[in-house]
Amino acid sequence: MARYQYEPFPYVTPPELDGRAPRSAPVIIVGAGPIGLAAAIDLATHGVPSIVVDDNNVVSVGSRAICWAKRSLEIFDRLGIGDRMLAKGVTWKLGRVYRGDQEVYNFDLLPEDGHKFPAFINLQQYYVEEYLVERCADYPDLIDLRFKNRLLSVSQDEAGVAADIETPDGPYTLRGDYLLACDGANSRIRRQFGLDFDGRHFEERFLIADVEMQADFPSERWFWFTPTFHPGQSALLHKQPDNIYRIDLQLGPDADPEEEKKPENVIPRIEKVVGGRPFKLDWVSVYSFNCRRIDRFVHDRVIFVGDSAHVVSPFGARGGNGGMHDVDNLCWKLARVVTGQSDATLLESYNDERVYGADENISNSSWTSRFMSPEPGVEMAFRNAALSLAVDTPFARRMVNAGRLSVPCRLTGSALNGDDDPAFDVPQQVGMVALDAPLTTPGGDADWLMRHLGGGFTLLVTGDATLDDAIVPDGVTVLRIGSGSFHDSEGKVAARYGSGVYLVRPDQHVTARWKAADADGIRTALSLCTASVTA
Amino acid sequence: MSLNIDFNLGPDSDKLFNELLGAHEGLSREQSEQLNAGLILILMNHIGDPGTVREAITRARAALDR
Ligand SMILES: Cc1cc2nc3c(=O)[nH]c(=O)nc-3n(C[C@H](O)[C@H](O)[C@H](O)COP(=O)(O)OP(=O)(O)OC[C@H]3O[C@@H](n4cnc5c(N)ncnc54)[C@H](O)[C@@H]3O)c2cc1C
Repeated sequence: MARYQYEPFPYVTPPELDGRAPRSAPVIIVGAGPIGLAAAIDLATHGVPSIVVDDNNVVSVGSRAICWAKRSLEIFDRLGIGDRMLAKGVTWKLGRVYRGDQEVYNFDLLPEDGHKFPAFINLQQYYVEEYLVERCADYPDLIDLRFKNRLLSVSQDEAGVAADIETPDGPYTLRGDYLLACDGANSRIRRQFGLDFDGRHFEERFLIADVEMQADFPSERWFWFTPTFHPGQSALLHKQPDNIYRIDLQLGPDADPEEEKKPENVIPRIEKVVGGRPFKLDWVSVYSFNCRRIDRFVHDRVIFVGDSAHVVSPFGARGGNGGMHDVDNLCWKLARVVTGQSDATLLESYNDERVYGADENISNSSWTSRFMSPEPGVEMAFRNAALSLAVDTPFARRMVNAGRLSVPCRLTGSALNGDDDPAFDVPQQVGMVALDAPLTTPGGDADWLMRHLGGGFTLLVTGDATLDDAIVPDGVTVLRIGSGSFHDSEGKVAARYGSGVYLVRPDQHVTARWKAADADGIRTALSLCTASVTA
Repeated sequence: MSLNIDFNLGPDSDKLFNELLGAHEGLSREQSEQLNAGLILILMNHIGDPGTVREAITRARAALDR
């Protein structure tokens, strides 16, 4: 199988520089990484045009993010590339943790069935970006993607934003209502704004290598503490499509990155991991990592999304997945604001909800880092005690931390949430992403609940609950399960939702629910959740 | 549940104290540290109640300042 072919995206002289009429868009997006591209598509699904500028003209060099979590896949599905990712990616849900060469335990990240998407797929970031770029092309009137357009600086006032852009043909200025800073971990905009990127730097260095080889390793995540092939350190193995394996090796704080990257040093290390199988090096990098975030993600008309706002260590796969949560959370709100449906105060809830989510990701990732590279002394003693106890005591397995992998953020405390009824005794809660479930369509075809939620607001009616059509507010879709339309084919809707009326946000989160819904309750919940200008 | 700070071990308490020390016999300092750590994790899990465990940590910590 051929390795990935990097096809440069064409640079086109922007209209501003070849005498055509300058363009403007309600939203300017800086950065065509996964987060900027996903934001452009999400906005387009709401009919909101954007101009995306990126200083580069190829997809991510190196595989970088490979583990995409179930929740991100649901979001990608809403954006139109979920099935493509699922088809190409390596599906997995089982993680095995070894101490030395002995397995101490394994964990199943999605023990129940009845969900369209698996716990995780592994798919190189370059494929994800390629699919996103191709999806952008489905919206030629809404997404204006400009490669080799570098943002130099941005300014804003009450009326809008102005972005100074540099291209091979010279500079020009773009104007818009809002600007999304999706310019990654080294965000120029963050530095221009002088924002502190607070948190922690971890000294530990890691070697990360993608190797191409024929092997019959199962699709699982394997993590070793102090394996014999890499004494005293940790190691991680992941399978990717195209017979590519990701190998992560902890090197300690004193490793010299330039030396470690040299093939003559990398190859012997990899040989020990793969036990003599022939392999080719595809990509090598040595990194140390940070867990940091800026204080606020919303700065009036400039909004930080993805790595520009927060970075984490990679062991929970919370970087790219966390950024996808940002996109999901922000775009419907921004769409409502730029189209005048909601007051700009709605954007404050993006700040609150995603700062909360980022903190959750940072604390999980930091704790994993500490467990993986404990300080000598008592920290090491507790770490090693937990590891050896894990061999034969179930409780210690739960303490061993080889990565707390990305799970959907629970917005149970969000100010946007409305009514709840304590009579519900089901897994689904207010503030959580709606749980998927298999359905059959009125025509008898297999289908999934999630495919019918999101985009706009939905009132989901389950079990014996009833909802009078006359009290459904304008613009809200009703989805009835059971009563002559969609059929709860495996009883999972009943098990996960019970009987009730659920108000589901455009980002598929449940924001309120009732055993018996009335017009007032629904209207109040909706206006609370939308900072609506008309309500 | 709250932390029981009254005597709770019965007639075997001296013996247990001794057995605890005995378990460390012949160990390096590092091994001893790990043994203690393992013991703490096992007991902490056995207690289970977070409030009780926190109270124990606070008490043990405060005793250092005396
Ligand atoms: C080794 C490694 C492994 C990882 N593994 C995982 C994983 O398994 N799962 C996971 O979820 N995450 C993982 N991550 C994290 C993930 O790669 C990032 O979180 C993700 O790339 C963030 O996307 P982004 O779009 O915010 O930023 P980026 O991908 O960095 O994109 C930023 C874009 O902005 C452009 N840009 C920058 N400055 C300018 C400018 N001035 N003008 C115009 N354009 C500009 C850049 O060219 C780039 O295209 C990993 C990261 C690394 C390094």
